[in-house]
Amino acid sequence: MRDVAIIAFAQLPSVRRDVTREEVELVQPVVAAALAQAHLRREDVGFTVSGSCDYLLGRPFSFVMALDAVAPWPPIHESHVEMDGAWALWEAWVRLQAGDIDTALIYAYGKSSLGDLPEVLVQQLDPYVVAPLGADAVGLAALQARALIDAGRVTERGLAELAAARRRQAADNPCAQRRAPRSADELLAEPYQVAPLRAHACPPISDGACAVVLAAGDTARRLVSSPAWIRGIDHRIEPHQLGMRDLTASPSTRLAAERAGALGGRFDLAELHAPFAHQEVILRDALGLDDGVAINPSGGALSANPMMVAGLARLGEAATRLMTGQGRRAVAHATSGPCLQHNLVCVLERDV
Amino acid sequence: MGANRCAIVGIGQTHHKAKRQDVSIAGLVREAAARALADAELTWKDIDAVVIGKAPDMFEGVMMPELYLADALGAVGKPMLRVHTAGSVGGSTAIAAAHLVMGGVHQRVLTVAFEKQSESDAMWALSPKIPFQPQLTAGAGGYFAPLVRAYIRRSGAPDDVGLQVAVKDRLHALKNPYAHLRIKGIDRAMVADSPMLWDPIRYLETCPSSDGACAMVMTSEAIAAAAPRPPAWVHGLSTRSEPVVFAGRDQVNPQAGRDCARDVYTQAGISDPRRDLACAELYVPFSWFEPMWLENLGFAAPGEGWKLTASGATALGGALPINPSGGVLSSNPIGASGMLRFAEAAMQVRDQAGEHQVDGARRALGHAYGGGSQFFAMWIVGRDRP
Amino acid sequence: MSAPPDERPPVTVLQAPVRLDYTVTAGHHLSTYLRALADRKIVGGRCPECHKVYLPARGACPTCGVPADAPVEVADQGTVTTFCVIRIPFDAAPFPPPYVAVAILLDGADMPIFHLVRGIEPDAARMGMRVRAVWVPDDQLGPTLASIRWFEATGEPDAPFEAIASHL
Repeated sequence: MRDVAIIAFAQLPSVRRDVTREEVELVQPVVAAALAQAHLRREDVGFTVSGSCDYLLGRPFSFVMALDAVAPWPPIHESHVEMDGAWALWEAWVRLQAGDIDTALIYAYGKSSLGDLPEVLVQQLDPYVVAPLGADAVGLAALQARALIDAGRVTERGLAELAAARRRQAADNPCAQRRAPRSADELLAEPYQVAPLRAHACPPISDGACAVVLAAGDTARRLVSSPAWIRGIDHRIEPHQLGMRDLTASPSTRLAAERAGALGGRFDLAELHAPFAHQEVILRDALGLDDGVAINPSGGALSANPMMVAGLARLGEAATRLMTGQGRRAVAHATSGPCLQHNLVCVLERDV
Repeated sequence: MGANRCAIVGIGQTHHKAKRQDVSIAGLVREAAARALADAELTWKDIDAVVIGKAPDMFEGVMMPELYLADALGAVGKPMLRVHTAGSVGGSTAIAAAHLVMGGVHQRVLTVAFEKQSESDAMWALSPKIPFQPQLTAGAGGYFAPLVRAYIRRSGAPDDVGLQVAVKDRLHALKNPYAHLRIKGIDRAMVADSPMLWDPIRYLETCPSSDGACAMVMTSEAIAAAAPRPPAWVHGLSTRSEPVVFAGRDQVNPQAGRDCARDVYTQAGISDPRRDLACAELYVPFSWFEPMWLENLGFAAPGEGWKLTASGATALGGALPINPSGGVLSSNPIGASGMLRFAEAAMQVRDQAGEHQVDGARRALGHAYGGGSQFFAMWIVGRDRP
Repeated sequence: MSAPPDERPPVTVLQAPVRLDYTVTAGHHLSTYLRALADRKIVGGRCPECHKVYLPARGACPTCGVPADAPVEVADQGTVTTFCVIRIPFDAAPFPPPYVAVAILLDGADMPIFHLVRGIEPDAARMGMRVRAVWVPDDQLGPTLASIRWFEATGEPDAPFEAIASHL
């Protein structure tokens, strides 16, 4: 495959409810910042692709106005996925393999604050036999957490300790939303949101946006001093019917990791898109990560979870750490759908 | 274009109807995909990745439906991508799928596009109540009618060119067993007498609202060598997007469409599209868009597109048949409409179009557009390996 | 042992009504425009690079990518660039059909806004027609484009086609 690298990443601080910015106002600053980091003029971008979701915004074609943020004039070569921006990045990586263009701009935005997020996410389920039951995303995640606890793989205290650790890490991330330190004991004193999940084991509801620039080969080397090379990237989907899945495992993550070359070898850090605390346990096991790997140094999705953004942000956070010398090799992961239905794995590496 | 060639070895579509109540959403997409696999003589297991597209999720009321459709499309354990670029999505989806092959990432890719508008209310989904602004227009027609008026004013076209396209595409549809509208006895008087909806657009000059799906199987050259039937080869493909509004924007003859066409012609080595292409499947949701796109795509000089239509050249049997399938005016499952254009172009060069086949078609254009005439996706497919 | 074949027709319709409520935010730039409407003013934003005046001001100029937000007040009258006559009834329609929806290039702006023209027969609508805003009474003014009830003809001579040709 052609060598392609992440060469820039910019994000807005995630907030519970951003009343000052509509979509284009979310996207414009992160696109401008990412292009500046990449030393790239907008007219020199070879391919632009974005990730967003109409149901979050409550209206069709919501991506159309947001496109103004990249000023698509003269007309640009462009696409959009109704998915997390991590899949937009995958489409861009595929597009760069063709060899005729050298750079791509990816952006993602999400305003979960506009609607009632758990109710909105019900609409993701099988419309005939599951969605009418009204099982929301938190409830389904709780089913998964219960299965994991019953399997003896984690305890409620273990989830609280994990959440406390992420908060400590998020304190160093100005873009994180949950940054106030809390001890595991304090977190365990919270009431259940949906048992066995307390608020700390569930993601915050966030508004946010981020942008990434990819470049191939010599272009990447010319534009920045230490590109974060994509050594492998793959994603796999699982059955939608939850009854067909072992919720305590993530075989799609495992398979994607195998295809991306993420099994075996040493990683300095991992950015895992685990909106719920117990999902980090499942993902860590699927990826075979040992205690030597720094997991979610950004604080992860437990600290900020702008829908459609948080997956792409994992890739961007991991790349930024490599580009700034905080490690040489990283694995980044993104997820989509209820209970980790669809998973993307990306191996990133900095030149020595 | 990429380093690897891409072949279309399987094509399938559903019978398009106002309401396909005999199938669920999953049943609808599976019907098209199963036909594409049968055409390719491949099984679900042979497929490496699935790329799916559709227009807004609100048309069915299912958010990110690729999640629910993974099982029905045999995607479990595979990569699955969901594209959404408004009305152009069927084309953009096919292009994303082709790039998987051209980039050497996968060898056998299934691509599917669909819309099942009967599951929700498309007029509602297109005209939601947005705060801060009063409701002014009504659906897509209210948006595009002023553009049609601007085209007529600019080009000086006689009023009846729209009628002619409306009749011609419906006559083509009578030759297409999958078409939604098959209007017996369609003629100019029937169209002229139909109600004026969004003046100057009459009822029979608009596309229907359809349930339907389209699917294609694309493979690398090595896999295509074992295909049971001759493939269609991708000779050129591209997308262009421009802002929905900006000061001084030409929405009648948008630059994004002109640029996209130039790009695919260059890739395919085409200098005169009217001479070098056997036919074209263009996204014409309102009859007047045929002459508008003929100009935008370089088949006619600016202001001259209507003359090509009026001459009869764009009818089957003419020098440049446009929409031999009956086009969007005859079947409009929105998310699939663009892919149907791409697929019908491929069917032509595979000599697979039955009664609406253009004799000896060697190269054909598939075209899709969306949003406020701002998103364009096109490909040129050919009988010969490029 | 197998069940007898079910002779009943298949289920073809399943009613599953969904209601989702959203609280939409206007954002910074649209708010400026909406607040001005409550004061009977139409305020757009000028792009610092291409100097075009947008209505409303925008978080990103569609052709330059920078905020187009230097405030500019434009006139409440202008020229119809194009229009359509709506003859199809639908739920959210503001009036019973037929009625005329227009794109209006307000004097001082560089791109049209969409509104309605009343007080003329639908067949009398034309490109180039000069129109002015009819505002609601003071006590009904608010931060919404509905502060303008509709537009009406000014009676001035029509603008030449060249004046609107680049705004179609």
